[in-house]
Amino acid sequence: MKRSTLIFLKTLTWLACLAPAAWLTWGAVTNNLGPDPTATIAFATGLATLRLLAITLAITPLRRLSPRLGWLIKFRRLLGLFAFFYASLHMFTYVGLYAGFNITAMASDVTRRRFITMGVAAYLLLLPLALTSTNWAIRKLGGKRWNRLHKLIYLAAICGVIHYWWQVKPGVLTPITMTVVFAVLFAARPVLAWKQRRKMRPVPV
Amino acid sequence: MLIGKPPDILSSEITPQAEYLKYLNRRRFLRNAAAAGAVALGADRLAEIFDPGAAAADETKLQTVYSPLTTTGEQLTSFYDITHYNNFYEFGVNKSDPAKNAGGLPTRPWTVKVEGKVKKPLTFDIDALLKLRPLENRVYRHRCVEAWSMVIPWVGYSFSEFVKQCDPLPSARYVQFLSYYNRHVDKWAGETDIYWPYSEGLRMDEAMNPLTLLTFGLYGQTLPNQDGAPVRIVVPWKYGFKSAKSIVTVRFLEKQPHTTWNDQAPTEYGFYANVNPNVDHPRWSQKTERRIGLPFYKQIRTTLMFNGYSDQVAYLYKGMDLRKNF
Repeated sequence: MKRSTLIFLKTLTWLACLAPAAWLTWGAVTNNLGPDPTATIAFATGLATLRLLAITLAITPLRRLSPRLGWLIKFRRLLGLFAFFYASLHMFTYVGLYAGFNITAMASDVTRRRFITMGVAAYLLLLPLALTSTNWAIRKLGGKRWNRLHKLIYLAAICGVIHYWWQVKPGVLTPITMTVVFAVLFAARPVLAWKQRRKMRPVPV
Repeated sequence: MLIGKPPDILSSEITPQAEYLKYLNRRRFLRNAAAAGAVALGADRLAEIFDPGAAAADETKLQTVYSPLTTTGEQLTSFYDITHYNNFYEFGVNKSDPAKNAGGLPTRPWTVKVEGKVKKPLTFDIDALLKLRPLENRVYRHRCVEAWSMVIPWVGYSFSEFVKQCDPLPSARYVQFLSYYNRHVDKWAGETDIYWPYSEGLRMDEAMNPLTLLTFGLYGQTLPNQDGAPVRIVVPWKYGFKSAKSIVTVRFLEKQPHTTWNDQAPTEYGFYANVNPNVDHPRWSQKTERRIGLPFYKQIRTTLMFNGYSDQVAYLYKGMDLRKNF
């Protein structure tokens, strides 16, 4: 890929990833975040996190589909870090706007409310991935260990989806779309790996 | 938004003009103001000249009287927010869905059936119900179990006045409310696995408390569909889901009726569902609430026992363990 194309695509990705934050900021400044701004911020940042996690997890299966899509890897770290960025905003919404920075309230929430426990777990799983996202960290850890560590993204995604299900009222089925998306992305890996193995197997004579 | 929130005014200080102004939702008001380019004109005149919706609003206007049971000292939530932030799952699970989808609710002709433990079953026409008693303006705090709240100027009369017309038998210890449900609403049913129609209920003494309001309108006009047209119940000291919308059947019963959210998750939504900051919802704290319509940094406030109506209703629960009977 030409360097100028790459820069262009990266700029586009940055803009797209920043769009939800820009929309929220504009809404906050103009007092236009709907009747319950706190809930709007919480929902928008949570959804952005899950969507970006899904897009990040889509890179590998997409690359497997065709060798011509190899360049996609250049976008994975950026997308993953944006997922973490929105997860952090989401976390901050809880700490500041829901818990009002009240430590005792937060402690009782985290220990007693499973959807909050699950959300915090998902965030803590993403944290080491964000911290080891630099080239320096990859070198330091070594590719193999780094790869193994970053498998935590699967667990984080699962926790995130469970967190979503536990947050909505029992009987509300809206998290189903996100669940299906992740299920497909998870299933795509063994399926594509199996296909590749079949292709590579020598034809018996 | 160009214009900020309306200033803090005590509801007792509201002048007739301010009252009228609030009939216009803020967007409509903005549009009018922009079109006029001269806000100096009286707001009510503006509405007359530029808003065709205002003429239609006259048809939906209700004759109301003052009520001593009205809540004072609260800033009213805007008409726009009250009508665009609704939990009415028959019309979709998102808060903005009912405003879009509830148009198909056929509010005329409308009858309310009375059955169960009564001298004889009755059917009331909605227009007869509207004339049964003078309609009162009653401002109530409204606290949702999801920890958000509003202040709503309802229009109606005490449900007890209606009960007097029904001749319930002495054996009637509970009242059940059933909401409208048919093909107009089951389009949205796929979004939940709730068993319809929506059912709610009260103990007889709760139903007879003068605060329990048989409600026909808000902001001086008939209820918009998404708020439970043409008639609903409002129980201000309980979480919002107890206040059944679009009521078609009132049943007097000897035994406690099944209620929709209690069926759905008995550990999360009790039959009593009194607003109680000391009993948390399993998934979140009920100590605080977010007032709707305020900027995000101003929303949070302390939740009051019985939503601030302890003086009027605490006697109903004397000697009861409210932790167990949540």
